[in-house]
Amino acid sequence: MNPLAIIGQFILGFFEETGRLSIFTRDAVRHIVLPPIYFRLIFAQMVKIGYNSLPVVGLTAFFTGGVLALQIYIGGSRFNAESLVSSIVALGITRELGPVMAGLMVAGRVSAGLAAEIGTMRVTEQIDALRTLSTNPFKYLVVPRLLAATITMPFLVLIADILGIMGGYIVGTKSLGFNGAVYIRNSVDFIEFNDVASGLIKAAVFGFIIALMGCYHGYQSKGGAQGVGRATTNAVVSASILILAANYALTSLLFS
Amino acid sequence: MTASSEFHIELKDVHKNFGPKKVLDGINLQVKRGHSMVVIGGSGTGKSVMLKCIIGLMTPTSGSICLDGQEVGHLPQHERDGLMRKFGMLFQGAALFDSLPVWENVAFRLIQGAGMDRDEAREKAQEKLRQVGLSPEVMDLSPNELSGGMQKRVGLARAIAADPEIIFFDEPTTGLDPIMADVINDLIVDCVKRLGATAISITHDMASARKIGDDAAMIHKGKIIWNGDVANIDHSGNEYVDQFIHGRAEGPIQMDILKA
Repeated sequence: MNPLAIIGQFILGFFEETGRLSIFTRDAVRHIVLPPIYFRLIFAQMVKIGYNSLPVVGLTAFFTGGVLALQIYIGGSRFNAESLVSSIVALGITRELGPVMAGLMVAGRVSAGLAAEIGTMRVTEQIDALRTLSTNPFKYLVVPRLLAATITMPFLVLIADILGIMGGYIVGTKSLGFNGAVYIRNSVDFIEFNDVASGLIKAAVFGFIIALMGCYHGYQSKGGAQGVGRATTNAVVSASILILAANYALTSLLFS
Repeated sequence: MTASSEFHIELKDVHKNFGPKKVLDGINLQVKRGHSMVVIGGSGTGKSVMLKCIIGLMTPTSGSICLDGQEVGHLPQHERDGLMRKFGMLFQGAALFDSLPVWENVAFRLIQGAGMDRDEAREKAQEKLRQVGLSPEVMDLSPNELSGGMQKRVGLARAIAADPEIIFFDEPTTGLDPIMADVINDLIVDCVKRLGATAISITHDMASARKIGDDAAMIHKGKIIWNGDVANIDHSGNEYVDQFIHGRAEGPIQMDILKA
């Protein structure tokens, strides 16, 4: 096959996908503000997406905080800077690792689930059935999931921040020999409101990305079990990459 | 409601392409108010696409689709969706919402579309389920706890729940045993008669076609090649129809099978 044709096909495919995603996002956002709004469904999705992600996010943050304390202690001791452990753990968790780790974990859990659920509804004609029953699939399926993820992610990250710092505290006091009161004092003194707030803003954006990718890939899926499988994979991969890219963009925006 | 046209549903020269592939290639079809039309034809001849164009799930590439003489084929999406309340559709795989119990499936349009009170909707769902021969015990089951035939019946109850003017049946008997297929046929006839609705069914089950249809049309390669009273289907004088209703491999319709 002609290599130029392959490049051309790739580029055309890229723009086609970008266009489709843009239209999907526009439609989804427009339906967020237009009535009817299904509060019942939004609440149900908040439980499914947010509350049920707590264990996964909490454990991830706890261990990340713990390992961060260990590494910083090892690295810091080379410059006699061990005393910085608590402040760096606090800053690292709230500004960066809390939102990003939570985002990636929820992307794996939720994007995949949404893509599989909506994809199956697509291939079994349930989405067509919704429309024949005078119900807009965007309002009924996409909007509640988008809102639920965008609203609950900041709360999840707030909890991740607390548990992450707690992970660092436990490692710091139990195995690195820090004094508990001093450790907490140092963490609290160093953290500023903006550190936490910027992490929560990131979290909301990540939540939106996670639900959008899950819904988009599920909605576009076709071709039976294989199509749903592909949609699930694409949802997780694209959500993860977009989270990391958005994280960079937001960090340079929020801290500049 | 006064009918402003002789035909309830009228398609004129409807085309639908998917990329370079022509699925509908100039469909002309008329269905009179209160009549039941069956559309027969092989797999992949465009039957489902035609139904989806009429109901508004797909937009035809060109041509005219009229309901009561009013052109609806190229209306903008939101106006098109507003017409959905006229329609009921039974999907091939029943397409029940597996996140909801049976009764909420049946009452879906009443609750979401018409904003009916949940208790009232539940009663209405029970009545519609009784009409399709299902006892109130299934109301709180999940759709995936039901057999295929029961799912079809719930799908039928859902399609008729809001008393539509037009009902579509997409292969209502496919995948059912012959007895259950006949039960479904009887229910379809009964429901359509009771509502006085106009119906279009697509099927390749001839027993079902004879039972539920007043009129029949045969679709082949995206065109209607025969159209008439279902009673005349045995002497249509059309070789394509003859081959199809007798299920012969030899004839003018050639399947795309490579000969060894």
